[in-house]
Amino acid sequence: MAETSPDVALFATCLVDAFRPSVGFAAAKLVEESGSRVVVPEAQTCCGQPAYNSGDRATATKIAKQVVDTFAPFAAVVVPSGSCAGMIKQHYPALLADDPAYAAKAKALAAKTHELLAYLVDVRKMTRCAARCSRTATYHDSCSGLRELGVKAQPRTLLKSVDGLALIEAPNAETCCGFGGTFCVKYPEVSTRIVDAKITDAIATGADLVLGGDLGCLMTIAGRLSRQGSTVEVRHVAEVLAGLDDRPAIGVAKTPPQG
Amino acid sequence: MDATSHTFSANARTALADVKLQRALDRLAEGFPARRRDAVARLPEFDALRDAAVAIKDHTILNLDRYLERFEAKVLEAGGRVHWCRDAAEARATILSICTRAKAKSVTKGKTMVGEEIAINDHLAANGLDVVETDLGEYIIQLRGEPPSHIIAPAIHLSKDQVADTFRKAHGTLPPARPLTESRALLEEARTVLRSRFLGADVGITGANFLIAETGSTVTVTNEGNAELTMTLPRVHIVLASIEKVVPTLEDAATMLRVLARSATGQDVSVYTSFATGPRRPGDLDGPEEFNVVLLDNGRSAMLEGELREMLRCIRCGACLNHCPVYAAVGGHAYGWVYSGPMGAVLTPALIGLDPAKHLPEASTLCGRCEEVCPMRIPIPKMLRHWRERSWQRGPSATRSRFGLAVWAFVAARPRLYRWATGAVAALLARLATRGRFAWLPFASAWTGTRDFPAPEGRGFVASWNRGERR
Repeated sequence: MAETSPDVALFATCLVDAFRPSVGFAAAKLVEESGSRVVVPEAQTCCGQPAYNSGDRATATKIAKQVVDTFAPFAAVVVPSGSCAGMIKQHYPALLADDPAYAAKAKALAAKTHELLAYLVDVRKMTRCAARCSRTATYHDSCSGLRELGVKAQPRTLLKSVDGLALIEAPNAETCCGFGGTFCVKYPEVSTRIVDAKITDAIATGADLVLGGDLGCLMTIAGRLSRQGSTVEVRHVAEVLAGLDDRPAIGVAKTPPQG
Repeated sequence: MDATSHTFSANARTALADVKLQRALDRLAEGFPARRRDAVARLPEFDALRDAAVAIKDHTILNLDRYLERFEAKVLEAGGRVHWCRDAAEARATILSICTRAKAKSVTKGKTMVGEEIAINDHLAANGLDVVETDLGEYIIQLRGEPPSHIIAPAIHLSKDQVADTFRKAHGTLPPARPLTESRALLEEARTVLRSRFLGADVGITGANFLIAETGSTVTVTNEGNAELTMTLPRVHIVLASIEKVVPTLEDAATMLRVLARSATGQDVSVYTSFATGPRRPGDLDGPEEFNVVLLDNGRSAMLEGELREMLRCIRCGACLNHCPVYAAVGGHAYGWVYSGPMGAVLTPALIGLDPAKHLPEASTLCGRCEEVCPMRIPIPKMLRHWRERSWQRGPSATRSRFGLAVWAFVAARPRLYRWATGAVAALLARLATRGRFAWLPFASAWTGTRDFPAPEGRGFVASWNRGERR
């Protein structure tokens, strides 16, 4: 294990903050297990992707600057989402390239920002977790994490160390789930057709648990699975790795409803 | 053709409800990506070849005027002619006048997407010419009066029995008892009908995959050999190509060919690769008396400066279509014009205007697989965002989604308000949800129509953590 680093700021992302605090707690626990101290800056909101991908560059730029300012003081920034980390690492430098006050700061933030799994495995050289999970799981590679950040082997490295967990690869693990941010509500029928293909592929592996690294994808997959009456569960990979998977899965009630 | 891109959502719904189309799309999604993957795996230097191909195209695009003029000079030297056409109307008029001058009655065509772009078939037919497509897929959709649904596989949306029905309706001589269930039988039937057309044609029109400045040659790849008969049998050969097809040298064309077929069909090389250089020379055994190249701009030169320039690298392999989840869901016709899939979503607004095509750049998950497989490494998601920005700048400000985004942006820029507001909504939703999810939510029907909406767990993470909560 690498030596203890200065404080790591956790950028929880707006979806984790609002919908799935468990992922935030799990991410913080894993970062701490890797030997870093975690801070969660109160001023964080969203990375600005909804505006950026809608073509609203002005708003995206404004929010990007706010994120740059919020996270500038920390040695490293960890994000439990490939798309939000990708936004900071790949798109902020381009978005702020022509702003003399922010161009360098955006580059600096990009350099020290890491997607959670990439941070644990690539930066902190973590190779195993102390977790236990007696399930059969399949992993969905979120598009931004995979293609913008090269997150592919890292979650699998750690999942293989989870006691009792069988990980079965779906043939189309790298195919989009159909979420696509605002795409999923602008073109709901197309989005649903895409997630149906994803679900068919995942279920065919025999898995009873779908894991991934991006809450947007996971909410889409979970929402469609439950609409179809499936009992396959969906969780963020951090929940399993941190041993926090005793809580209900995404879209599942705390106590199962009676009758 | 009249574009229907402005009704993308309705087109998409129609496509999703079309069982035969959905089956065809499933076959495509299983076939093309796997074949490309295998072809790439067989060639360790594939990525290096892509880099070389990109460098060739970038260099050519930066010096496009020079290479086009050199190409023209070489075509003239070989005894051919080059016709420079600014737009579709000029290209149509030019081709018609070549046909008229040649006193042509019958025209055969090899597959050309630029031909689709300028709707040349309708124009020639309206002027009394008998035009027949000779690429099997193009021939089928011509009989059906449909546009191509894929840039390299124009009839990919059809099943074999649909093709058989089409032939039975169109071919009066076809005995009703002849079985047409096998691909082979369909092919033989088309071949029988097309043979006489090949032999009787006065003018042959083909596209070009590449134009070689060094030699004045045009390069065409096919798997059927139809383009070869189209360019050698008629008296007059017209090559219809857009200006970005030019490459400097024969060697460069060879490099491009090595990435093209692998990216398109997963073949190491197409079955036929034909080079046409000028008309028949004394002593040649075959070839046309007249060789024309119609060079079309139609909006390309406007792409040389600015955000869309890298799109001019596109070699029309179709890899982005074959790997696109949206294309795989709705097929090519939903895009509503000639070019479909990711490359179509970038190109169509540039060619027919953003207003009628504004849905296409929006109808993408930005998953990035197109860029990943593009042999020319075109940053398609970046270009789709570029169009979205243009739409945002031009669009009406009073739409519901804009209002929603404005409210979100206002709150997101104020962390304290954001924490309070998101915390309150999350807590409320968490209390209201009885099964950990919602089957219906006000203002969220676009989600809940087909998916449950997972409920928040409770209080927000950032606030909980900073109050000292740990798990």
